[in-house]
Amino acid sequence: MSIDKDTARKVAHLARIRVEDDALPALADEFNTILGFIEELNEVNVDGIEPMTSVTPQRLKRREDVVTEGDQADKILRNAPDAREGFFAVPKVVE
Amino acid sequence: MLDHLAFETPKPTVIAGAREDWELVIGMEVHAQVSSKAKLFSGASTQFGAEPNANVAFVDAAMPGMLPVINEFCVEQAVRTGLGLKAEINLFSAFDRKNYFYPDLPQGYQISQLYHPIVGEGEIIVDMGPGIARRVRIERIHLEQDAGKSIHDMDPSMSFVDLNRTGVALMEIVSRPDIRGPEEAAAYVTKLRQILRYLGTCDGNMQNGNLRADVNVSVCRPGQYEKYMETQDFSHLGTRCEIKNMNSMRFIQAAIDYEARRQIAIVEDGGEVVQETRLYDPDKNETRSMRSKEEAHDYRYFPCPDLLPLEIEQAWVDGIKATLPELPDEKKARFVKDFGLSEYDAGVLTADTTNASFFEEVVGSTIGKLDELPLSPVYATTSDKPVGDFESIQSRDLGKLSANWVINELFGRLKKDDRDIADSPISPARLGQIVALIKKGDISGKIGKDVFEIAYTQDRDPEEIVETEGMKQVTDTGAIETAVDEVIAANPEQVEKAKQNPKLAGWFVGQVMKATGGKANPKAVNEIVAAKLGL
Repeated sequence: MSIDKDTARKVAHLARIRVEDDALPALADEFNTILGFIEELNEVNVDGIEPMTSVTPQRLKRREDVVTEGDQADKILRNAPDAREGFFAVPKVVE
Repeated sequence: MLDHLAFETPKPTVIAGAREDWELVIGMEVHAQVSSKAKLFSGASTQFGAEPNANVAFVDAAMPGMLPVINEFCVEQAVRTGLGLKAEINLFSAFDRKNYFYPDLPQGYQISQLYHPIVGEGEIIVDMGPGIARRVRIERIHLEQDAGKSIHDMDPSMSFVDLNRTGVALMEIVSRPDIRGPEEAAAYVTKLRQILRYLGTCDGNMQNGNLRADVNVSVCRPGQYEKYMETQDFSHLGTRCEIKNMNSMRFIQAAIDYEARRQIAIVEDGGEVVQETRLYDPDKNETRSMRSKEEAHDYRYFPCPDLLPLEIEQAWVDGIKATLPELPDEKKARFVKDFGLSEYDAGVLTADTTNASFFEEVVGSTIGKLDELPLSPVYATTSDKPVGDFESIQSRDLGKLSANWVINELFGRLKKDDRDIADSPISPARLGQIVALIKKGDISGKIGKDVFEIAYTQDRDPEEIVETEGMKQVTDTGAIETAVDEVIAANPEQVEKAKQNPKLAGWFVGQVMKATGGKANPKAVNEIVAAKLGL
């Protein structure tokens, strides 16, 4: 699989990262290097080997169904570029 | 225990296009909010209607460095729902990130379960009427986070975002395309909602958005669906469109009907249906394309690196299974079998657990009242023991009578007052007293209605009402005979007419009932009038 300029543009757009047109070829090359590395990994035979999900054997930590947080709208909104009447205010998005 | 009553499969809905007939094929993705106190991965409250952004933890707002920790109760509810849908439970499941940008999704991804859902294949029997139902296959149930809420009408140029719903646990229940018409789609949601409410895993409140459906609609020529079912090959079916976010049974039906007709028109015109996401507009009664969603459909799923796989133990699942309540299909089958109810009546009474337990309490209290009632000679035998299970014969009879009183009188009266059964002014025990009084022959069904009205409006005890108001039925044949004699003696010309035309006997019965203030046993009056008139 090879990444061209258009694919690089699309990936950048999906990630909402602005990339100027002249920077795209270099970005596509970097992607191809990464994919090449992954292809190398794909050559390793892993038949019958369980995927490793953690370095030490661990069980997913659980919490109880208890309300422990909240009532901190001021802190939640503190970094918002714009907040009004307790809401985040963003440029209008209408479907 | 009977799993469910026997049923036949209904015919699919057929829509006549300009050229030929078309059948509908529908699959649903229902998002049901888990009835938990806290969110799926945070300790913030799920309470509806709080002040904006009051129920938000730092992890919900995607603050840097904050990590999700799963709410075990939510996992339990998903497993419970899976067991209630007779589905396979996956002891190993895992969470994935579904990436997209929207202002009400601060993380920039939704944590969901694409590759390894917690629940696998199950089924729902969708009731379409007595003896008719559709078995709809469930493909999977997975756990995921809800998004926040955007409000667009508070400011002309800005959208306002409230993150209170962000991170609330949803169960996405995905069906196979086994639903074959708009009514079946609504019936499917109704049945699923009923099961969820029985299980207590989701409150099913559609108005608050706690239960919403995405509906996948396609059309095909008759015969194609059968080919799909045989091969499970989707190429036999038409291209589908997905109608997003429906939270009303009425709109679900209207949207499916509109969407099917739109697709038929395109195909008959020689065009091709484009697979896309559409939105239903109830004001215009049409669906329209959500073009902006199309590009965003590239979700770039990958395993969530913040969460280890979710591994649960079979013993834990078995423990949950042991606490499952009797489910709607089983309860309905039992009501039909044990109480001799019609499937329709059993369906009405089992629609909600509150209705069902009210009814069972009514029957239960009557059985207690009738302990002293002698065995009816029909059931008694010369041996010591009655034929069959006497108790069930007795409850069968009482069951029907109790069902009539609950459905016709009580539900009718509650509806008139716009009241819920949970705050019925008459308790099950008191309604049971009325049923028992009728059954014992103390009052007639007609007087029973008067007693019911007094008990309902004046909060009084039916046994006391009958006693105080002197409403006890006259079964003393001597007293009835006297009343009949009096009526006959006073109306000689009617007697002559009745002898010509036996139907007029009814007039005498009416007169006697009137003379006794409705308290005479109607059956006895009928018999005595007929005998005295020589009919």
